[in-house]
Formats: sequence, C-alpha cells, structure tokens
Amino acid sequence: MAKKEKNFSRRDFLKTSGIATGALIGGGLIGGLIGSNAGGNGTGTTTAPPAATDGERGETGGVLGLQFFKNDAEFQILAQATERIFPEDDLGPGAIGLNVPYFIDRQLAGAYGENSKEYMQPPFYEGESTQGYQSRLRRNEMFRQGLQLMQSEAQSRFNANFVDLEGAQMDEILTAFQEDEIEMKGVSSLFFFRLLRQATLEGAYADPIYNGNANMEGWKMKGFPGHQAAYINQIESEEFQEIEPHSLGM
Amino acid sequence: MATTLDKVDVVTVGVGWTGGIIAAECAKEGLKVVGLERGRERSTGDYSIIHDEYRYAIRYELMQDLSRETVTFRNNRQQRALPMRQMGSFLLGEGLGGSGTHWNGQNWRFLPYDFQIKTMTEEKYGNNKLSADYTIQDWGITYDELEPYFTRFEKTAGISGEDTNPFWGQRSEDYPTPPMKKTPILQKFETASTNLGLSPFMMPSANLSEAYENPDGARINACQYCGFCERFGCEYGAKSSPEVTVVPTALDTGNYEIKFNANVVEILKEGDKVTGVRYVDTVTFEEFIQPAEVVVLTSYMMNNAKLLMVSEIGEQYDPETGRGTLGKNYAYQILPSASGFFDEQMNVFMGAGALGMTVDDFNGDNFDHSDLDFIHGASLSITQTGQRPILHNPIPPDTPSWGADFKKASIHNYTRSLNIGGQGASMPYKENYMSLDGTYKDIYGVPLLQLTYNFTDQDKALHAYLTERAGEIMQEMGAKTVVGGNPISDYDIVPYQTTHNTGGTMMGSSREDSVVNNYLQHWDAENLFVVGAGNFPHNGGYNPTGTVGALAYRCAEGIIRYSRDGGSLV
Repeated sequence: MAKKEKNFSRRDFLKTSGIATGALIGGGLIGGLIGSNAGGNGTGTTTAPPAATDGERGETGGVLGLQFFKNDAEFQILAQATERIFPEDDLGPGAIGLNVPYFIDRQLAGAYGENSKEYMQPPFYEGESTQGYQSRLRRNEMFRQGLQLMQSEAQSRFNANFVDLEGAQMDEILTAFQEDEIEMKGVSSLFFFRLLRQATLEGAYADPIYNGNANMEGWKMKGFPGHQAAYINQIESEEFQEIEPHSLGM
Repeated sequence: MATTLDKVDVVTVGVGWTGGIIAAECAKEGLKVVGLERGRERSTGDYSIIHDEYRYAIRYELMQDLSRETVTFRNNRQQRALPMRQMGSFLLGEGLGGSGTHWNGQNWRFLPYDFQIKTMTEEKYGNNKLSADYTIQDWGITYDELEPYFTRFEKTAGISGEDTNPFWGQRSEDYPTPPMKKTPILQKFETASTNLGLSPFMMPSANLSEAYENPDGARINACQYCGFCERFGCEYGAKSSPEVTVVPTALDTGNYEIKFNANVVEILKEGDKVTGVRYVDTVTFEEFIQPAEVVVLTSYMMNNAKLLMVSEIGEQYDPETGRGTLGKNYAYQILPSASGFFDEQMNVFMGAGALGMTVDDFNGDNFDHSDLDFIHGASLSITQTGQRPILHNPIPPDTPSWGADFKKASIHNYTRSLNIGGQGASMPYKENYMSLDGTYKDIYGVPLLQLTYNFTDQDKALHAYLTERAGEIMQEMGAKTVVGGNPISDYDIVPYQTTHNTGGTMMGSSREDSVVNNYLQHWDAENLFVVGAGNFPHNGGYNPTGTVGALAYRCAEGIIRYSRDGGSLV
C-alpha cells in the first residue's frame, strides 16, 4: 500500500487536480477539503486527510472515522495545523499522511482527552508557570476552543477560513498561539500550542496500533525499528543498522 | 466501620523493593508478614507487549493515577501551593514492584563521603564552606558499616559491573555478574574521558549481563538490549525487580501474603507504640484495620512522610523556627548535561536502562572544592538506554521547535546525537521541605502532601561546573556541535527531570536531628520502621536505589532483632 502511495502521492494528486474531489487511491480515500478549499488559494495546503466516510478502509487496515469531533470543518483545521507542525517533505509524509489527525481525534475521545488520570479537584487557581497545568478544562475542551480560535484568527487577520490560508499565514497564527498572544479561556494559548505540538509528534511516532504513524512511515523516516525483540546480536556493531520496523499490532 | 483483621507479625505499606526485601527477610525467619499494596498484581507475563512508547512512556501506564492522589507544590512559602495535576518532573509508581518495576537499573552505592558529609566537609574546608541554611548532616552510619548490606542487595539483584572505579568505597566482593557489553557508543566515551585523564568504568547495572540465580534461588535472565527499560517492565525478567526476586522469595516461605488494592490511610498508634494500620479497599472503599506487631512504611518516600504526618507521629518540621524533623531535608537531584551532534549515524535505539559508562572524577569530594562555591558533585555518564522517537527529537540550537526545519533536523539528528548526563548531588536547604496541604485532598479524604522546593545557589553552581565538565568530554568525543544544558533557575514541576526525590524521614544518630535511627526504627515508636530514599539526609551524586536496597536489608535485620528482643535497636 505504501508503495502505491509513493508512486502517486496525495500532493501530486492535489497539485494536478487543483481541488480535492475525493478519489480512491491505493485503498485510501482522499478528500475532505471539498467545499472548504474550493476557490481558496491554498497553495500552502497541499494535502488533506482521508475523509471520514462510512466503512472505507483506512491505511492501517482499520476503519477511519471520527470519535470526538462532530463536524468535518473543525477536524480539517486540526489536520492543517498538525501538517504545519509536521509537514510532508522529501523525507516522507507529514501529519496528514501519517493519519495524525485521526490519532488525535481518538485520543481526545478517550482517557487522554477526558483527563481521566489527572487530578481535577477544585479549587482552581492560575498559579506560577513552574506549578504546571492548573486549568479546570479537560484536554479535549482545550482542543475545541483552540481550533475555534484558529478559525476566528484566520477570519479576523485574513478574512478567510483557516484551512484556506497560505502556509505562511497558518504559521503566523500558530506562532501567535505559541507566543501566548491569543486569549483563551481557562488555559493559555502557549499551553494549548504545546499540547497540540506534542500530540502531533505522538501521532507521528506512536505505534500504528493507535492509528497514527500510518504504515510506520514515521518510524521509517526516523530510522526507528519499533518493536524488536532484541538487539543483543547487533548492538556491538560499528555500522548503523537499518532494520525493517515492526508494530506491536502486525 | 472498619473491619479488624487478624494480627500479623509484620505489615508493610507498599510492595516494591523495600517492602519486598523486608518481607523476604522476615518471612524467611518465620515471621508472618502481610504486604499492603494499593496497586495491582503484575508479573513478567504482563510485559509481553511492553514495547509501546506511547502507552508506557508518554501516558504513564505503570504510574500512579493522579485523579486519586497527587501532591501539591510551590517554589517557596510565599506562594500558594497548587496540585500537581498531571505528572511531570517525577513519576510516581504504582502496583506490585513499585518504582522497582519501571526503573532503569542503574545501581550505585553512595560514596563514603556521603555518609559523613558534614564531618568530612568541615574537616577539609572549615565550618563555613556552606552557609548554615544548608542543613547537611552525617547519616548516623558510615559506608563501612553499610557495606555488608550493599553486598546483600547487589547479590539479590545480581548486579553486573566491574570494580575499577578508583573513587568509590572499598568493596568486600566483586560484582555478582560481569559488566554489560561495551558498545561503540560507550567506547567513544571511554576513549575521550581517558584522553582527558579521567577514569571511566562500566556503570553497575541491574539489567543483567548473563543469567543469574541469586542466593535465595530466584532466577534473573540475561538482558537482550531491547531498549525499553525506564518506564517499562521487562518482558524477559532480565531487569532485576521485586516481582522476579524478593517477592517470590517471600511468597515461597508460606509466611507472606500480599493484599492488593489496599491503600493505607493511617498508622494507628497507642502510647509509644503503633498497633497497625487502617486501609481502604480501592475497589469497594471498604475500610479495614490490619493489626501488627511491627509496622513498616515501604511506599514511595513522599507517601511514607505523608502517612507519618496524617497519623501525627513525630514532629513536623517548621522552616520558621527550624524545629521538627518530619518533612525536613527534602532534596532532589541536579542534572548537568551536554549534548553532542555528530556526522555519523549510531544505533541509539538499541540499549538497556543501565548500559553506560561513568566517570566519578567530579563526584563527591573526589576533586578539590577549595576554590569552588559548592560542595559535592555528580557522576557523569553516557548511557545507551534506547532512544525512542516521540520523546527524542534532538535539534541543534536555533532550530525552530516545529515546522519543516524542525522535522528535518529532528529526524536527521535522532541517530546522530549523544548526551552525557550527570546525577548531581542535592544539598538540603532550610526552605525545602514537605508538609501537609491545608486545602487539597485525595479521594479518600486525606490531605495531600505539600512540597515546598526550589533550586539553591549551591545547586546552580554545581550544575554550571559539571555541565562544563560534561561538555569537555563530549567535545573530546568528536561532536561537531556541543550544547551544554541550560543553567537552572527556578525548579519547574512540569518537565520530566528525575524520580530521585529524597529526604523527609531522615535517618540519624539522635532523635533531635532525625526521624529514624540507623536501623530505620522510628525514634517515637519502637515498633515502627520507615524505609526508603526518604531516609537520606541529602541526595548524593548517583541514582538512589542501590543505597535504598542496602538500607532495607539493614532495616530487615533490625526488625528481626526487634521481634526477638524488643526495645530500641541503638
């Protein structure tokens, strides 16, 4: 499957077609920008996540769909933001190609998003930065608020939808979050940005059993072999060992 | 209404290394022992799908559920303490084996200097080397007195190492197993540090170089260098941990029982003795009283201190007056480091938690401090623990932290960078201490432990000096770019640093300056023992477990003697 992808990458597809209209390539459905990107000058937006439609097989063999986000528009903002953080390049796929947006969606729907293992008892006070996370918000609430603010920033700064912006314009907004310039309720925009950045890296490099790191492309780019039983016979080698990666689930 | 259970000889609160050692030794002597473990049972069979960075290293599968209990923190007394709502700076363990399950296995004996730090510092540098605000004190025991217990623990754990470090205390016996493999990465460090006139040696490791049967008949397998130790359990039973050594040893006697999901909330005391503990079943929230002849606190050092505080045993330390010992001398670890970026790719993803080489030339008082504005130092090591891709994204200075340049640089340097890290000593300071929080509670209704802590001038000076030394070694290793760790400022509980928290239940030679005597017997209740890194009056320049293990064996000897003879052991 991965090989077919390389022969006919999404980027090539989108570049040649101009608008993503949804097409089945190598078993994965490409689409999701329908409408929102049409008519935009989104040259910075070169890829889109496989759309969440009924029963189509995702790239890892599972069925891709949304568990947390309720509408595709919000999900597409997440997708483009993660792609800016971890973009496709000559090394390999970016966040979208690795299914990072789906990884994050699923995490937000579960224990991570619900802060199940965090101490969430009141009273809540802002505190010093050295005291860490003091918000009453759960992570999934931060994500929804943060993504909505990305959209409103896009409107106020560029009079356009976030997903239609040039890459550099998206970066400007992300940088404003990172530099704590965006006012968020119950959390700082810097905190949210760090969460988004970290979740993006997690989706790029976690075992594919979590639905990111599609086809282990994240690991392949990095030279990490994933789950290997032992290195006892290789660890003394002077040569760098290129090892075909393994997932726990495959 | 709590249900009162049958009385036992010994009850331990928590079943990790210390609880397991106490149980094994006492049960072998015929004492009836119950271990109360708030977490779940687990064994090697539970680690067969452990190579999952996301689940175990990022989402902390083996760690404490903070929704139930955490600690509060502030940098100083003027701040409002707030709960550590998510795990960060240190990782509190939970479940059978405790931190002994997810440790890396770097196993050290503190230096002779550590145990007599006040005396030896004053002898060499006079009484004013550090201001009186640094509350260093001798431990009430010497290295030589503790040596047999170090040997006991190392034999139990089968530690792999070589006795070639000119700076550590004299050993009565060589290591039970030979050192681990000296990989090309380690050889780079060895050559460079030798060139600089330093004395590198293989790090003592609880990831065993070969299969080993310990004196109790427990079997530990040979490490396979899979690269998943810290924050993980070992699927091979090749990382020495309580559940493959002392716990089965204790169970084999027939004198030991472990109760899981049993969270102790109070030590019961009548007069000058304790009578047992009260615990909550974490599933049903039913309450039980477990009466015992001897109570041993063997949970993490923070929980040990908290239980004494909520049970009002001992005198709480007050930084205003300097009175009290409970909660005093909380210390941490100072972590100097240097990263190096290389041209060649290296097998950084292979490894083991304690696969490393170390120099001790800048540890303890192994170098002259006359012209330096700090005491003690750090062990400096290169370790090849197995770098994993989510947490390891090394980028040279001035590289953005996200976007195209970040992606390229972090992927390129993942296999082309190394780090030399120091385990730096942490000196106690009068404003760094533990107490009970007045606002926040755990789900059992018990107040949270409150931590008041900040880095000191001593810490900053130590960090700066050792970071330079680490950088020199990295330079000599041939790195094209060397980046020293950022200078430390205020302690920040957010980024992971180390789970080497110490102090609060200090050992010592008198009740005026310590919580327990040198058998770890409480000064105010002769049948109460408190074991762990909480006993350290300061933290040394190494990982703490080896010294904790030695103290646990010493304590077990004390409990056995006490069970026979009664009274104070000193």
